[in-house]
Amino acid sequence: MIGLSHYLIVSAIIFSIGLIGVLRRRNLLMLFFATEVMLNAANIAFAAISHAYNDLTGQMFAFFIIAIAASEVAVGLGILIVLYKKYGSLNLDDLAKMKG
Amino acid sequence: MYEIVAFYLFSVLTIGLFLVTVMSENVLYAMTSLAAGMVLISGFFFILGADFLGVVQLIVYVGAIMALYSFAMMFFDATRDMKEKNTNSLLVFALGGLSALVLVLMFTGPIYSEHIQALYPMHPDAGNAQDVGMVLFTKYLVPFEVAAVMLLVAMIAGIILAGKKMDESLTEDTSIDDEIMIIPEDEVIIVKDKK
Repeated sequence: MIGLSHYLIVSAIIFSIGLIGVLRRRNLLMLFFATEVMLNAANIAFAAISHAYNDLTGQMFAFFIIAIAASEVAVGLGILIVLYKKYGSLNLDDLAKMKG
Repeated sequence: MYEIVAFYLFSVLTIGLFLVTVMSENVLYAMTSLAAGMVLISGFFFILGADFLGVVQLIVYVGAIMALYSFAMMFFDATRDMKEKNTNSLLVFALGGLSALVLVLMFTGPIYSEHIQALYPMHPDAGNAQDVGMVLFTKYLVPFEVAAVMLLVAMIAGIILAGKKMDESLTEDTSIDDEIMIIPEDEVIIVKDKK
């Protein structure tokens, strides 16, 4: 039988995939994709815990996470477009200005 | 039985698609697999009985966010493969695995404590959408309104950031014509050595 821990393990695997993406990629757009992956992993965990405890609070938090993700994407893509207009690239190595 | 098959199918497909998202060189492949993974995650929500959350996931993530990404993709050169200098992948994988372990411990810590009680219990006779509506518009009304204001602010910010100088092309450099300097012939150009 599929229990709570199954869902949490899947959520943790997906979260670590997103985290590896954030640490590994150098393109800003791919960093945004990896962030979406991490947010979705958190949503799965919230929905699973909400189901396990027969409680609606987890689902409420998942709704607010989705709202935050939507606004983050709207603002972030605007910033990406401005950066691309200014520098012509989305690579983090090209954008790094503060070299130590 | 049905739940087990669905769970393993969804989890294997989701993990595979998200791995493609994270590892792929091509932006289009990454975006497509991300959208497919979002659809399968809404399948998780349907299994878990969170019907309304699954529908919201489908509409907001697959409908809105992916459309936003694909519109933004038109600004960037998406067909070109990205050449990235990736950081040391062994270190990255070790860090990711370690933090996943910390995450599992974090999740399992409060679950096995005895003191957790349902704050807003579900009603099995009412549907999930009705339940969500009742809780969202009574207990979570203020966060709901704040989230609405936040979405409005984000929309205005996105329009202002992306809409500025919309008439200029991004790929062709039109400003290069203005920067050609015309030097008169009899003018002596002094080049200073920089040491």
